[in-house]
Amino acid sequence: MNSFWIILTGSLVAASCGFLGCFLILRRMAMLGDAISHSVLPGIVLAFLLSESRDTLPMLIGATAIGLITVFIIQTLHASGVKSDAAIGVTFTALFSVGVVLVSMYTDKVDLDLDCVLYGEIAYVPWDTLTFAGMEIGPRAVWGIGSVFLLSLVTVWLFFKQFKICAFDPAMAAAVGIPVMLFHYILMGLVSLTTVASFESVGAILVVAMLVVPSATAYLLTDRLSVMLGVSMLIGVLCSVFGYWLATWLDTSIAGAMTVVAGGLFLLALLFSPKYGVVAKVISQRRLRREIKEI
Amino acid sequence: MTDKKTAPPLAVRDLTVAYQKKPVLRNVNLEIPEGSLIGIVGPNGAGKSTFIKAVQGLIPVASGQVEIYGKPYRAQRKLVGYVPQRESVDWDFPTDALDVVLMGTYGRLGWFRRPGKQDREWALECLRKVGMADYATRQISQLSGGQQQRVFLARALAQEASLYFMDEPFAGVDAATEKAIIQLLNELKAQQKTVLVVHHDLQTVPEYFDWVVMLNRRVIENGPTHEVFTADNLQKTYGGRLQTPTSPHFAAISPRSTSASNNPTPTATGITLASSFSGTSCTTKQGDQP
Repeated sequence: MNSFWIILTGSLVAASCGFLGCFLILRRMAMLGDAISHSVLPGIVLAFLLSESRDTLPMLIGATAIGLITVFIIQTLHASGVKSDAAIGVTFTALFSVGVVLVSMYTDKVDLDLDCVLYGEIAYVPWDTLTFAGMEIGPRAVWGIGSVFLLSLVTVWLFFKQFKICAFDPAMAAAVGIPVMLFHYILMGLVSLTTVASFESVGAILVVAMLVVPSATAYLLTDRLSVMLGVSMLIGVLCSVFGYWLATWLDTSIAGAMTVVAGGLFLLALLFSPKYGVVAKVISQRRLRREIKEI
Repeated sequence: MTDKKTAPPLAVRDLTVAYQKKPVLRNVNLEIPEGSLIGIVGPNGAGKSTFIKAVQGLIPVASGQVEIYGKPYRAQRKLVGYVPQRESVDWDFPTDALDVVLMGTYGRLGWFRRPGKQDREWALECLRKVGMADYATRQISQLSGGQQQRVFLARALAQEASLYFMDEPFAGVDAATEKAIIQLLNELKAQQKTVLVVHHDLQTVPEYFDWVVMLNRRVIENGPTHEVFTADNLQKTYGGRLQTPTSPHFAAISPRSTSASNNPTPTATGITLASSFSGTSCTTKQGDQP
């Protein structure tokens, strides 16, 4: 049963990150996901200190607020002439370091250690359960990431056309009256929520891998946005299943093994994607060369 | 719809736009007649793209008013179609031609409605109008530059607007596509629609457009092509960066000197942008405004 909960948590984390990651990589904002995943740390610590508990809700609220502030600061810096990569670098390292300082200052009050924040510990997920009306209803992490994932799915389903046109052609979107900035912040809010809900399981560093790698893999495999979203979620689930299997076999970190699997799947897609893979390109070039010779 | 009859499609009063304090457009005042093809010409950095973005509210304006058929842009959005520069989007986006054209219907669908079967048929019809129906399911990165431009035009058609803004639709397309585009523009004109086109090829201005806006940070001239598109005004607009046929170098430097001789329209033909050929190029010095 414990394996089931771990794999389920991993799948939910990887699928929800992969799902939102598609929009991030299409808007060339993958590094904004990186920034958010790090800068939410002070939000988490502050929520901890203020609520004096490990409840999921205050943490989600605190981290989402900081996530949106991060995006806002980056945007403001960029608008005032700082290059966008520098703006991202400055903002998230500054906020992350504030988080580090806060964690070390309140180590005795905050039941959080830096290792856990950075690398997560998905193996402990099954023991931290939620009780509802006297009944044990499964691990807290599953409920946390599960509800955030559901929220992402419903939001994107409702506003699919807006998210699509904002990613493809924001100028056109603005011209027809779609509030581009609003949808930008909705997306970033969802990324923040997902990051926070995931970080306990996989940590702040690997959450970035989950945001970028499954969606980048899916991008190599399809020419349709809707298919890309589905494929990246499926890849997330595969990462979790095979990652757990690999970790048990090698007796190593589950989150690390999940990411290794994600990297392996990306490499496979890069080599063998039917349309954009290296192998397919070599074969078609050979065929072309032969045809030219025959003429 | 009643004020649509009386008010001009576009009226701009005292429009000033600045990027970081430096004004790009200064006190632009103009009115555009309905049912005409309008060329916006001017050198690089003259603010042509900025102008059509500013009137659509895509960039903040420092001052001034813009009225579309007598009302502010916000109220008239559904009457306006937009063709941005082709390079402004990522053509590797995972979607096909039909889907891009469908985006033209998003504006009138509102917040929650999705494009349905009817919209899909309409989008296909728009693709047919630009001769691209056979490419409906083609991934957009697999299209040539000219085909991508036609897809953008089809998307604007799908908006079913009365007033169109097109940012360099002729940039980097071959002769066949250029012909197809101009044919389409004339069809729009025949339906009493108004089309503003940012245009770079001065040779074709008298042939394509019945009205020109000559722009260089401010409006130099705004009027019927046969009246205002003169060598004199071109000199004013391009600030002495033009070579006229009187110049001894003309035949040698004109990149289109052969097509100029075929051009039957007399006004200001033979005037050629010589900037990029003569010494320091003004294009690299000023750069184009984003």
